[in-house]
Amino acid sequence: MGLLAVGLRLDPREVPSPLIGKPAPAFELPLLQQPDKSFSQKDMLGTVWVMNVWASWCPPCLVEHPVVSALARSGIAPVVGLNYKDAREDALPWLKRNGDPFKVTVYDAAGRIAIDYGVYGVPETYVIDRNGIIRYKRVGPLTPEIAQKKLRPLIEELSKRG
Amino acid sequence: MARLVSLFLLVALPFQVMGQEDPGLERRVTSLAHELRCLVCQNQTLADSNAPLAQDLRSQIREQLKAGKSERDVIDFMVARYGDFVLYRPPFKATTLALWTGPFVLLALGAWLLVRRVRKRAPPPELTEAERRRAAQLLE
Repeated sequence: MGLLAVGLRLDPREVPSPLIGKPAPAFELPLLQQPDKSFSQKDMLGTVWVMNVWASWCPPCLVEHPVVSALARSGIAPVVGLNYKDAREDALPWLKRNGDPFKVTVYDAAGRIAIDYGVYGVPETYVIDRNGIIRYKRVGPLTPEIAQKKLRPLIEELSKRG
Repeated sequence: MARLVSLFLLVALPFQVMGQEDPGLERRVTSLAHELRCLVCQNQTLADSNAPLAQDLRSQIREQLKAGKSERDVIDFMVARYGDFVLYRPPFKATTLALWTGPFVLLALGAWLLVRRVRKRAPPPELTEAERRRAAQLLE
């Protein structure tokens, strides 16, 4: 009975990611805004950064967008967007409408790189440290509470570690 | 005649569609997809689900098998990304010990409690001579 009570309160969508503590999977993807330019996770080495997986067809992405934007605006860490299985003609107006907080947005039209990151429910958010190691993963929308209580302290700590 | 032709088409078309792919490969893809969980709709396997991610992962399986990877390689690929949860049948290891043995432990515990309770139950009290006589009277 006690087990059941605990189990019912857990979120079965929160699947523990085996990627925590592992290097961020490599990618080399075109930018959403400039298809002729590409971006790699290697370009972020030396910086603590956040990767946010989003799509214009994903309603919870819109819900969390103000939280992602506030995090990026605070300057605590750069946020890289990964646009997932979207069409440029939908994604670009979406950013125009809702604001573009991302340092860059990479364009994963086939969702192939997202598979390497174990993405299964957009939005997803990753914190990656200076050495390119994944330290945190959130499946589902970021809430102001999670940003405040989990992401910020973690980013601050990782930034201090040098 | 037209009816006969359309009937033939109706019967033959599915085979035509299936024939385009290597049936042996498709069989391997399907049987592997039955072993893997669709993480979007968690109580379905990748084979049963029509979620876009399930479709992507099925084509991922197909690509890898086609490239000569083994079933084990594909399963390792999925576990590395999605964790043990992606396995529809969880493996037996330290973290899943309670999952596998729990039901049996609970069953044994229940049986033990039941036996103890039954044994503890006091035997019915013996009837006194007067009660015996009264019972005999009532039964007559």
